[in-house]
Amino acid sequence: MTSGATALRAVHAPSRGRSLALALMRLRTLIALILVCAYFSLTTPNFLALPTLVIVAKHVAINAILGIGMTFVILTAGIDLSVGSIVGVAGMVAGGLISTGLHITFLGLTIYPNAIETMLIALAVGTAIGLINGLLVTRLNVAPFIATLGTLYVARGAALLISNGRTFPNLVGNPAYDNTGFPILGSGTLLGIPLSICAMAIFAGIAAYVAARTKFGRQVYAVGGNERAAALSGVRVNRIKTVVYMISGFCAAFAGLIVASELVASHPAAGETFELNAIAAAVLGGTSLAGGRGSIFGTLVGAFVIGVLGDGLVMLGVSSFWQMVIKGLVIIAAVVLDQIQQRMHRRFALQAQLLLA
Amino acid sequence: MSPAIADPDVILKAEQVSKTFPGTIALNNVDFAVRRAAVNVLVGENGAGKSTLMKIIAGVEQPTAGRLALDGRPVVFHSIRDAMRQGIGIVFQELNLCPNLSVAENLSLADPPVRFGIDIDREQQLGRARELLARMEHPIDPTSLVSDLRIGEQQIVEIAKALAADVRILIMDEPSSALSAAEVEILFRIIADLKRQGVAIIYISHRLEEILRIGDVVTVLRDGRVQARANVKDIDVGWLIAEMVGPIEVAPPVQANAAGEEVLAIDNLVLPRAAGGLTLDHVTLSFRRGEIVGIYGLLGAGRSELFECLMGRYRRMSGTVRLMGRNLAGLSIAERIERGLVLVPEDRQRDGIVPGLSVLSNLTLASLGRFLRLFAIDRKKERRAVDEIIDTLSIKVSSPDVEVAALSGGNQQKVVIGRSLLTGPQAILCDEPTRGIDVGAKAEVFRTLRRLADDGLAVVFTTSDLKEVMGAADRILVMSHGRITGDFRRAEASEALVVEASTARSRDGTRSTSGATA
Repeated sequence: MTSGATALRAVHAPSRGRSLALALMRLRTLIALILVCAYFSLTTPNFLALPTLVIVAKHVAINAILGIGMTFVILTAGIDLSVGSIVGVAGMVAGGLISTGLHITFLGLTIYPNAIETMLIALAVGTAIGLINGLLVTRLNVAPFIATLGTLYVARGAALLISNGRTFPNLVGNPAYDNTGFPILGSGTLLGIPLSICAMAIFAGIAAYVAARTKFGRQVYAVGGNERAAALSGVRVNRIKTVVYMISGFCAAFAGLIVASELVASHPAAGETFELNAIAAAVLGGTSLAGGRGSIFGTLVGAFVIGVLGDGLVMLGVSSFWQMVIKGLVIIAAVVLDQIQQRMHRRFALQAQLLLA
Repeated sequence: MSPAIADPDVILKAEQVSKTFPGTIALNNVDFAVRRAAVNVLVGENGAGKSTLMKIIAGVEQPTAGRLALDGRPVVFHSIRDAMRQGIGIVFQELNLCPNLSVAENLSLADPPVRFGIDIDREQQLGRARELLARMEHPIDPTSLVSDLRIGEQQIVEIAKALAADVRILIMDEPSSALSAAEVEILFRIIADLKRQGVAIIYISHRLEEILRIGDVVTVLRDGRVQARANVKDIDVGWLIAEMVGPIEVAPPVQANAAGEEVLAIDNLVLPRAAGGLTLDHVTLSFRRGEIVGIYGLLGAGRSELFECLMGRYRRMSGTVRLMGRNLAGLSIAERIERGLVLVPEDRQRDGIVPGLSVLSNLTLASLGRFLRLFAIDRKKERRAVDEIIDTLSIKVSSPDVEVAALSGGNQQKVVIGRSLLTGPQAILCDEPTRGIDVGAKAEVFRTLRRLADDGLAVVFTTSDLKEVMGAADRILVMSHGRITGDFRRAEASEALVVEASTARSRDGTRSTSGATA
């Protein structure tokens, strides 16, 4: 072992520059975030003022929560295109329950669940759509891209059908039905911090813990890294895959509730193309679409880069057309850098191992 | 070795060729001369370097050191197309056909006939295919899809494809392994025909009697070096085996382990093959504590399928599997692992390691339940177990957090074995545990298996390496065509007996089916 240790030291001594380069590469998204913030704070007055930051963080919260669910799916080498539609459906379910209640035709009854129950029902609907995605992928062997593309359309159609395409406005509830309080999620605060930002922090904390420290998390990485090896090691691959789509559906539904609550209205088109933002956040954060590699923290940082960039460019008065171009270039640059980092990492690891042998 | 004297009989010469891969030396200063109008046989055990040498000659791989000379002039092949242009054709061991295309399309894949440089001339393409297939004396419809053909027929198409270009040197890597007896006769006629036309043939085969029948000169490779050369007329099967295998040097145990109680019992296992016939043909076996059982067989004998059946990977199988007296029917892989049965799969890259994860995560993947404290993995406990297993198996790694992909083949294999050991198994199944790892690592793998057997596990491994099975197993089973064709105690077994049993024909008269393990 002693010879191994000296060999290791020999590897490390001349490669301090290299490991620094590698560390910089690994933290590139965070560095990018800091650079973007620094740039906007210099060019935009009040960018670093608390009210601005809170607004930016509120915008980021939605993408971050979607991205967290998406990260689990992508880690298993899957993809979930239906999250934007689930945002719409969840909002519409909540809006419908508050505005018109739940009709039970054969009893001739209309039930108005309270705000908490309403949210739980909407979350259950989102999770159920995730379950359908999971079953399509695992039991019926539909490619994740196709399965979730299908549910994207079905769920969006369902969102439109709930109200016949109309918006449910003014979701304040009716004290007579005891279903008030829904807007609190969007406008309330905890210790001065908006609830949506708190929710993002809680989601990120739990998800990071689950991904890094639990058996389920480890198995998610294994399924994405090598499904056959995972199966032969006794991992219940189908169960893992089904659960990640349910997590994604749950996260999307929660994001949908935030959107509806902030607007105090639910619109059936809410959440369109949100799936792309979620994927972009995950990819920016270093999650590999091939599966098995990525982290919740990375996704969170990725969501912030997209959010800060978007809001900062608006404040700078850059046209929305240019904003899209810039956003696209940032995503491509992130993936290119990721590839370079992978190659560097592999080469260094191989060299270290050769010296050891 | 005398340097390249312009021998008019030699068309291609490989001089001092070496090839290294991360962690292994596949070829070590190999000299190889290919004679015109002759069948140049290359033999050696798995991992001896035959396929690597052929890939270098065919331009698929570039040598790390050494050179090639064609007609006395030095040549460098940058790609397989390069080699093709010089008249070198190759029939690979694994089939290289596009199953979604027709036979005719496959035969002119590289340069299909075109009309006015734009679209493919189907008539001419079909005509060309018919001509080639007629030469193969085989009634294959050139319009049929390759995926609809039997494996043997696909092999014929593969050979026809190599002949489509005008070849001066034709490399055949185990061309007969998938053919029926009648098809082998056709193959031999084609070879004789090519020889008359002056084509140099390089022929690789494990079937020693075949080599004696059609070979002219033979080169034996062992562990990446040339072991011996001879004219085929001067040698016999005994000579070939002795040169290929070498002295048996894997140390026998101090005392042969007394086999303990029965751990794993298999009764009448049958696995039908999709294309008809049986992959496993009524296999009945019993494995005991403290015993190392080696299963020897050629490619496609059904060894991997046997193990996968035991792990519950196939639903179509019939028969019973009992572990410690309990029937495993209907249990998932996870449940079988829990009850103490584990598999170290054959294809380490495809089924074994999870390349992106660390050595630590790879090691504990199958036994995460052991380390749980409520919901979370107890990282200290996990780390302790991992350090211990790295130490026991002497896995060479700077830290358990290194990605497993950075390790050498032998160390990756130890990680996969370590993963199974952490589950606390009763019986361990190792499918070709020494495939693609170097000689030193091989010996260490077998030392590990011996220790496990001494600790009271039932150990079963498969191999295509005669020396390994003779040297490392307490009991030797031979499989051929899904049947157990030999069952010897080590003391009773001889190389000749084992080799003979491994080439026993199946009940329907065909030879082995290489597609089964592909």
